[in-house]
Amino acid sequence: MAADATVLSGSLSAPSVPKELERAPLVRNHRPIGWISDRICAINEGPTPAWWWVAFVISVGMMSTCFGMIAYQISTGVGVWGNCHPVMWGWPIINFVWWIGIGHAGTLISAILFLLRQKWRTAVNRAAEAMTIFAVMCAGIYPVIHVGRVWFAWWLFPIPNANGIWPQFRSPLMWDVFAVSTYFTVSLLFWYMGLIPDLAVLRDRAKTKIKQFAYGLFSLGWTGSNRHWSNYEKAYLILAGLSTPLVLSVHSIVSLDFAVSQLPGWHTTIFPPYFVAGAIFSGFGMVLTLLIPIRKICGLEDIITIRHVDLMCKVTLATGSIVGYAYGMEVFIAWYSGSPYEQFAFYNRAFGPYWWGYWTMIGCNVVIPQLFWFRKIRENLLVVFVISILVNVGMWFERFEIVVTSLHRDFLPSNWAVYKPTLIDVMTYLGTFGLFFTFFLLFMRFLPVIAISEVKGVTPQADPHHPLGGARHGGHHG
Amino acid sequence: MSTAYGIIAEFDTPAGAMHAAEKVRDAGFRKWDVFTPFPVHGMDKAMGLKNSKVGWFSFLGGVTGYTTGMLMIWFMNRFDYPILIGGKPMFSPFSAFPPSYELTILLGAFGALGGMLILNRLPRLHHPLLKHKRFELVTHDKFFLVIETADPRYDEAETRKLLESTGSPRIELVEE
Repeated sequence: MAADATVLSGSLSAPSVPKELERAPLVRNHRPIGWISDRICAINEGPTPAWWWVAFVISVGMMSTCFGMIAYQISTGVGVWGNCHPVMWGWPIINFVWWIGIGHAGTLISAILFLLRQKWRTAVNRAAEAMTIFAVMCAGIYPVIHVGRVWFAWWLFPIPNANGIWPQFRSPLMWDVFAVSTYFTVSLLFWYMGLIPDLAVLRDRAKTKIKQFAYGLFSLGWTGSNRHWSNYEKAYLILAGLSTPLVLSVHSIVSLDFAVSQLPGWHTTIFPPYFVAGAIFSGFGMVLTLLIPIRKICGLEDIITIRHVDLMCKVTLATGSIVGYAYGMEVFIAWYSGSPYEQFAFYNRAFGPYWWGYWTMIGCNVVIPQLFWFRKIRENLLVVFVISILVNVGMWFERFEIVVTSLHRDFLPSNWAVYKPTLIDVMTYLGTFGLFFTFFLLFMRFLPVIAISEVKGVTPQADPHHPLGGARHGGHHG
Repeated sequence: MSTAYGIIAEFDTPAGAMHAAEKVRDAGFRKWDVFTPFPVHGMDKAMGLKNSKVGWFSFLGGVTGYTTGMLMIWFMNRFDYPILIGGKPMFSPFSAFPPSYELTILLGAFGALGGMLILNRLPRLHHPLLKHKRFELVTHDKFFLVIETADPRYDEAETRKLLESTGSPRIELVEE
């Protein structure tokens, strides 16, 4: 049997790759697979660093502000916000769409890139999925408090109530309830399933009884059995297959909240793909914002390499360009429709009272990401970091433009007004960053930031047909 | 009556474990397994495993989700309490589709995770191998092959000889 395999692999060996076409390895410096566990677990096992405490205290403070603002809003009423006729969807909906959009990169990385066999995803998927879950938590707050009388928010769910009436499923707002709650639940399941083998790594390394118990409990008795891996990999593939249509549907349904209405500026068929591209664009912005400092602080330069950053910049460039195309097409269709209301909505966006928002959006989302065409820019981490933040500034202004400019001047000029947010709006929004970072810091402290077993699996040492994986002759994977 | 759970052979490389698995498979053992820090490409074939059945659990979940969604919306908006909205039909498969689609995915995902756990008999709070000191390295960088004493073909001397012939540098008995 072994002899046959040797003959086969010998005859199948591929011609060697020319030097200039060789790809940078996914894990640099030929790190052995044991080093990968040591490096990643060291982040959880070492003493709590001082920067962590500083960041954590600030985040908890901001999170408390968020809860304080929400308590004030609930006890006083939605009047504490800037939402006022005709702009009844102000910052809460802008922030809802913004946060949920950010989540999309995590699922794209974990699901779509998995189906496309993009092995580089293994270094970033864990942190990106955590980002998704925490971003969706931040997003989920807004629709609930936006209903005004929060104690009736459960009417959104099909639960029998004393009035004997049911939710109205012809409304896209109900579709949204199902889309967002499914998105959160499935992202959590996917994330947890990916964590099981890595929790077993932490369990086997744990020195204290508490850690052994906690990691042991949540790793469910994982032994790394190949009979288990076989079912595990199938389940992972199915979850990736299910999450792919899920991630595309969630932001499509969010866009239908707008597109199904009759309002000029909202009533367009381009919205679903345009929203999905924008969501992935902003999500990759956030992944870069988070991972560039993390790789430095946690000493993960050999695992999250320049090549990873480079590839993420390319995805940002591609999705940013799709978003730019959508902006252009919206304007074209507004002109081509011949509808004066539609034409006015877009003229008003670019040259009305909120012109600065529109041009910030164009600058940050369409113009600046074009710098990613240049390798020098993609490999300059400081520049990438700044651009990644600008991407999310731009995407926030996109949602601001869509929500506010469409509402503030619609059909009847007597109905027009100018919208201004209040301090409560601003503080609630800043507070959600506290919520996000509190959870993210806890994640960094107690869970493996990188999918250990998945990164091990993409090294040459993990390939039984590679000389480093123990094959006696270089195999066809060589 | 032996208190041994099985015999464990350690390997340094995935290829080593895989060639050993091919030998053990060809020798006709049934109660044995390979333990690795990550899924090794080609190991299922080397062990002679069949395609995983997780897909059926997920499929069942998906079908349940879609049917539940459609029936729920029909029951609520058409049957139990119809409300006319803008002259639209009381029930339309199109407006009922998005929530049903999300429920398909939701229950399909629960099916995938649940199916994986059921087929793997997890969660499991105790396993003889997890008490074996050397086995801790299975989540680090070592590869193990274990043949259980419960296997009908198990014979302490013969099985050990078979494992020695695979080139394993370390063969030990695991206690129950």
